Amino acid sequence: MSALETVVPGAAPGTVPDTIASTGQDQFSGPDVHGHFGQYGGVFVGETLMAAVEELDRVYRKLSKEPSFWQAFDHDMKHYVGRPSPLYYAERLSKQFGGAKIVLKREDLNHTGAHKINNTIGQALLAKYMGKPRIIAETGAGQHGVASATVAARLGLECHVYMGAEDVQRQSANVYRMKLMGANVIPVTSGSRTLKDALNEALRDWATNVDNTYYIIGTVAGPHPYPMLVRDFQAIIGREARAQSLQEYGRLPDALVACVGGGSNAIGLFHPFLRDSDVAIYGVEAGGDGVETGRHAAPLSAGKPGVLHGNRTYVMSDANGQIMETHSVSAGLDYPGVGPEHAWLKDIGRANYVSVTDTEALDAFRMLCRLEGIIPALESAHGLAYACKLAATMRPDQFIVVNLSGRGDKDIHTVAKIDGITV
Amino acid sequence: MSRLTACIDAVKAANRKVLIPYLVAGDPDADTTVALMHQLVSDGADVIELGMPFSDPSSDGAIIQLGAERALRQGTGLHTVFGIVSSFRKTNHTTPIVLMGYLNPLEAIGYDSFVTQAADAGADGILIVDLPVSEAQSLLALTRPRNLDMIFLVAPTTTESRLDAICENSSGYIYYVSLKGVTGAAIIDTGEISERVSALRQRTMLPIVVGFGIKDTASANAMAAISDGVIVGSALVQKIGELTDSGKRDGAAIAGSTALIKQIRQSLDA
Ligand SMILES: Cc1ncc(COP(=O)(O)O)c(C=O)c1O
Repeated sequence: MSALETVVPGAAPGTVPDTIASTGQDQFSGPDVHGHFGQYGGVFVGETLMAAVEELDRVYRKLSKEPSFWQAFDHDMKHYVGRPSPLYYAERLSKQFGGAKIVLKREDLNHTGAHKINNTIGQALLAKYMGKPRIIAETGAGQHGVASATVAARLGLECHVYMGAEDVQRQSANVYRMKLMGANVIPVTSGSRTLKDALNEALRDWATNVDNTYYIIGTVAGPHPYPMLVRDFQAIIGREARAQSLQEYGRLPDALVACVGGGSNAIGLFHPFLRDSDVAIYGVEAGGDGVETGRHAAPLSAGKPGVLHGNRTYVMSDANGQIMETHSVSAGLDYPGVGPEHAWLKDIGRANYVSVTDTEALDAFRMLCRLEGIIPALESAHGLAYACKLAATMRPDQFIVVNLSGRGDKDIHTVAKIDGITV
Repeated sequence: MSRLTACIDAVKAANRKVLIPYLVAGDPDADTTVALMHQLVSDGADVIELGMPFSDPSSDGAIIQLGAERALRQGTGLHTVFGIVSSFRKTNHTTPIVLMGYLNPLEAIGYDSFVTQAADAGADGILIVDLPVSEAQSLLALTRPRNLDMIFLVAPTTTESRLDAICENSSGYIYYVSLKGVTGAAIIDTGEISERVSALRQRTMLPIVVGFGIKDTASANAMAAISDGVIVGSALVQKIGELTDSGKRDGAAIAGSTALIKQIRQSLDA
């Protein structure tokens, strides 16, 4: 299939794709120079931010060609984050389903407890190079906020984290962790008081303080070049998983599964496997009360193309184009948009996007605790829940790599509350 | 020539400054918005910027965000906005209207449908805050044949290389953003704005109006002195917000909420 053919089917009403993705070696080397993945991605921000976004693109394109940049990144990944993260065969869990082996990519073992640190280490290198003394970030579950506060503390940078007032409540432990590391946590009370509103507020701050501020976006969303550079930093997950699979199993996995909020842990796992056409790919969105109820956070499953937070992608919006409120037990998946590369992978059919409900995710959460002694993040439990269903349909000689994107310490209050317990 | 260009040419020919108030469509409700627009014209507005409310206005400060929230609570959608414009046009055929908003509502109904309905309703210009020139070509291809002006912003951060593309693709006027930040913040450096506006004049024959942060006669006079006119948004939306608080919609209340525009007109003409 040519890249051009892949662009047309999902074209947004009234839009003509200006450019196509594959200007490089093949269709997976996107985005193009304007940040487009097919009709998705691009730069949709107010004029005040355009210069900053263009400068970041220039700096990243230059630095990412320098081996010393990646050496510095890899050094921190090894000595500060603790990589590589293991690939762990969850034997007792797998045996429950009698199908394919479920193998966990243990991002929960990273410093700060999630994949988010891979991205903040990379972006901190950019902030340092650009000489910006002040860092801002948005956060949902608080994991990206913690990972941003961490790198800011390490580099001696001022750090302000925007967090929806509702998320400040449900992720109070992470709020305190950020404060311990010297970050200023700003509760956002506008709009729906969750992750999307924190992103709006961070964009407003950036426009106001654009001269001295670096904005560390926490997922593969935002205007170009963010979806590209966040992916490149997170792709260490997939590169490791690919090498580990070959080493430990002598072949590539039959399937990959990851949860999708903005989509950074998922694209990080998927990207190095995109050209391996025999590897099936599943992104798992938050189904909340069930996609059919409308109370969910699954734009790829139930949204349509639109523009939010700087890029064109699938969004959850009503007939008037207003962004809808999302619902998920997991704060980190509670987002009405999704990274543009996922939108494109969906349209061309290279990846499948599915959803699991709050209840299914909670069941998987409990099962992993009991059978493997691992408390997963509620976000990651979504991926796990789908992997369990998938494994049951596969053969025992096959294996699935699931991205265990984070650990669940931050979620024990949420789960305890559902169980009617106060901790 | 578009109604917008003709209007601004006439104001300039009369040696006056262009005064452009911004209000949010549907705040406090659709009928009152129409009444407010007529009141603004009698107060001396030359052009009206009509905000299309959006749930996630990431370039706007708290005052306009709240205005959008009030309008959305009334169920304001694009059909409401077009309805307001055509209702206003029943009696006013001269005052140009610029629709200002964010891109996602246009994506939702389709650019074609948006442009057709906007033009049919009697709108004159379109300003989409999160649509930079580089992504605007497919919309421009639709607005040009309908004689709708596309207005783009120039910010203090806009680089040389972007200026030419903005000037080339703009019509009607150029909206110079007085400050780094969101709507409703305070202007700091008049001198720098003056330099930037003069530099912009070297590149374009289009009228240049200044907005963001103009909240009283003093800031309006200062900005008008170095440009072709001013846009007043947050200060007006703040006043209009009081209509929701008081629940009043009568003529006196409406005139009261736009009194600032009348004062600024008098001050600009003095
Ligand atoms: C552990 C964990 N997994 C996943 C996510 C979702 O983000 P993304 O889809 O960008 O990986 C989050 C976000 O906070 C998270 O904390």
